[in-house]
Amino acid sequence: MRPLTDDETKILFEKLSKYIGDNIRMLLERPDGLYTFRLHRERVYYCSEAIIKYASNFPRKELLSFGTCFGRFTKTRKFRLHITALDFVAPYAKFKVWLKPNAEQQFLYGHNVVKTGLGRITENTPKYNGVIVYTMNDVPLGFGVAAKSTIECRAADPMALVVFHQADVGEFLRNEDALT
Amino acid sequence: MGRRKVTDDKSAKPVRGPGRKSKKQGEPTFPKELAQTEPTDKKKVSSRGKQRARKRLEKDKLKQTINKNTKLKTATKRQSDGESNDEEQINGYTDENQQWLKPKKKKELFDDDEQNEEESMDEDVPYDDQFNEMESSSEEEEENDGDEPKLDIEKQSKKIREKQRQTKERSEQELLTNIQQHEKVQFPSGQEVTKEAPQADLQLLMHRIREVINVLNDFKNKREANRSRKEYLDLLRQDLCNYYSYNEFLMNKILDLFPLAEVIDFLEANEVQRPVTIRTNTLKTRRRDLAQALINRGVNVDPLDKWTKVGLVIYNSQVPIGATPEYLCGHYMLQGASSFLPCMALAPQPNERVLDMCAAPGGKATYIGALMRNSGILVANDANKDRARAIIANTHRLGLTNTIVTNLDGRHFSEHMGGFDRCLVDAPCSGAGVIAKDQAVKSSKDEKDIQRCFTAQRQILLNAIDSINENSTTGGYIVYSTCSILVEENEAVVQYALNNRPVKIVETGLEFGVEGFTNFKGTSFHPFMKYCRRYYPHLHNLDGFFVAKLKKYSTKQGNKKESETIEKEKKKEEEDDSLEAMADD
Repeated sequence: MRPLTDDETKILFEKLSKYIGDNIRMLLERPDGLYTFRLHRERVYYCSEAIIKYASNFPRKELLSFGTCFGRFTKTRKFRLHITALDFVAPYAKFKVWLKPNAEQQFLYGHNVVKTGLGRITENTPKYNGVIVYTMNDVPLGFGVAAKSTIECRAADPMALVVFHQADVGEFLRNEDALT
Repeated sequence: MGRRKVTDDKSAKPVRGPGRKSKKQGEPTFPKELAQTEPTDKKKVSSRGKQRARKRLEKDKLKQTINKNTKLKTATKRQSDGESNDEEQINGYTDENQQWLKPKKKKELFDDDEQNEEESMDEDVPYDDQFNEMESSSEEEEENDGDEPKLDIEKQSKKIREKQRQTKERSEQELLTNIQQHEKVQFPSGQEVTKEAPQADLQLLMHRIREVINVLNDFKNKREANRSRKEYLDLLRQDLCNYYSYNEFLMNKILDLFPLAEVIDFLEANEVQRPVTIRTNTLKTRRRDLAQALINRGVNVDPLDKWTKVGLVIYNSQVPIGATPEYLCGHYMLQGASSFLPCMALAPQPNERVLDMCAAPGGKATYIGALMRNSGILVANDANKDRARAIIANTHRLGLTNTIVTNLDGRHFSEHMGGFDRCLVDAPCSGAGVIAKDQAVKSSKDEKDIQRCFTAQRQILLNAIDSINENSTTGGYIVYSTCSILVEENEAVVQYALNNRPVKIVETGLEFGVEGFTNFKGTSFHPFMKYCRRYYPHLHNLDGFFVAKLKKYSTKQGNKKESETIEKEKKKEEEDDSLEAMADD
């Protein structure tokens, strides 16, 4: 376990800013204590300083997880955001997409979202920007990338893809083993 | 955009099931014996009824005198016979004359219409039998005495009646002999014992089990003179093993644990699945909201019981309950009701350091995390790496942020980390309490498996005690639980901890459940073992479970003082027992 290097921090924050923009500051400057990112076995964990201190006492091999896993660095040093980060990303989301009930299931099985399944979308969402996917009851389901901007969406035909799937809560069941 | 009202039939919410409010208790069922013995004559006779009965008596007397005088025999005969026939039906007598006897025609009545009315009314009203009986019998006698059958047809009918009576008598005798046969327990002959017991006739087997239990319950009176109690018990064990397909080892343990009356209940309860229960994740939602959301998905749910505020029981569901969007979003956890209990007993407080020693798949650990309201530190440990991955997924799904997941051996945990305020040891066990879940337990366990289990349990429990900070201001508690009902894995393990570590048993804080054994088959445990709680499938409709709560009070490794006192107490108890036995004699 070690703190992130500057490069890694930069990659991570670039990725996060696609979803939550400037709100990364809210993650780091919390009123209830000091929260930081830590790298452990190529995975980035986000948790309070107290837990980090405690966890660092366990042998590295036997320590499987601590706090919340945000994602992992690939071998090519790109950052993959995991679905486990949803709890922290969703509240600060800049751009959101709401799904109709019959499109929920499709998304949870790992499919992209077509226009017929789209219930609502935040105004002026740019193309290829990260979005958080919600149900109509405002329950976060996962995140993806907007395939079209809001204006393009209006003109698109019903079967056109609107959101590319990146991660969804169905992964808790589908690939439990690969989560962290 | 915005929410549109859904109008098509598919998405309209169909009415499912009878609804919650329509749940009703079924009709009560009574044993046949009770239903049959309901006598008609116990009905209360109304005052009008009494009046009518009196009137009828008077009229009948009048009738008799008239009959004698006028010798209008046919009419009287039919009438009286008809009446006696009614009697017989009421009293449950045989009515052999029913075949040839026809109810009288109203027009042939020698009496007037008034009496006819009277009688038809009487049929409805229950009346006192006694005087009627006497009267009718007297009439019959009179009839028998009075005349020989003169007509051909009458002779024939008499013959037929005689025949019928004989066959009936014979059949009754047969019935009686049958009953006698069944009342005696038939021991299998030597050959039968050696070869495999008959698998096919389960009904007969069950019958014999019941008979043997019946005999054992009243051994002095019902036994056969040349059979000992042991023979009966052996037969019973053999039969139970065959009927429920247990191995002899586990059946012995069960027979030791329960009184005879409960054994069958317990075994039957093991054949039935426990209800599916879920636990609301209080970090993300409330029970009422969750129930509403699930009902909208077509799941029939109800609050579990009054002892829990987070449990819901699932009656039936149109969707897979482990894959609804609510489940994936971490609003609830699929979890047996019995696994709420150790967490409730542990009662973790916010800002504590809590250890869950054997956490996978994380059901109890996430409940602890929810009780701590995501504060403090929760270490969830499991020795199996693959199973520990399930903890990671579940803690993230349920939104726990204070959790550290480790993959250490529970027997050496304290070498790495100590100073916890509370610790839950849900030790790996034989699973003798969850036979309903895994039928393989019935036949796969033997003495060695149990021994392996309880040695590991002892080591883990001692290690858990070592990792506790006894100076903790809020805690210093250890909760030991297993999903087994065997004494070796429960009370004996706790006793071992008492003997070897500075701990004492405290109350679990669970208001229901059976008390732990303070002595069992000659070994006596610490008297505070009564604070432990046992749960059985047939009594609580939970999985078989054991919960004990300990408090650590010193750092000393050994606990000689404690063990000495226990030995003293043991001696004392033995003395008491022997005194009692003497007093009984």
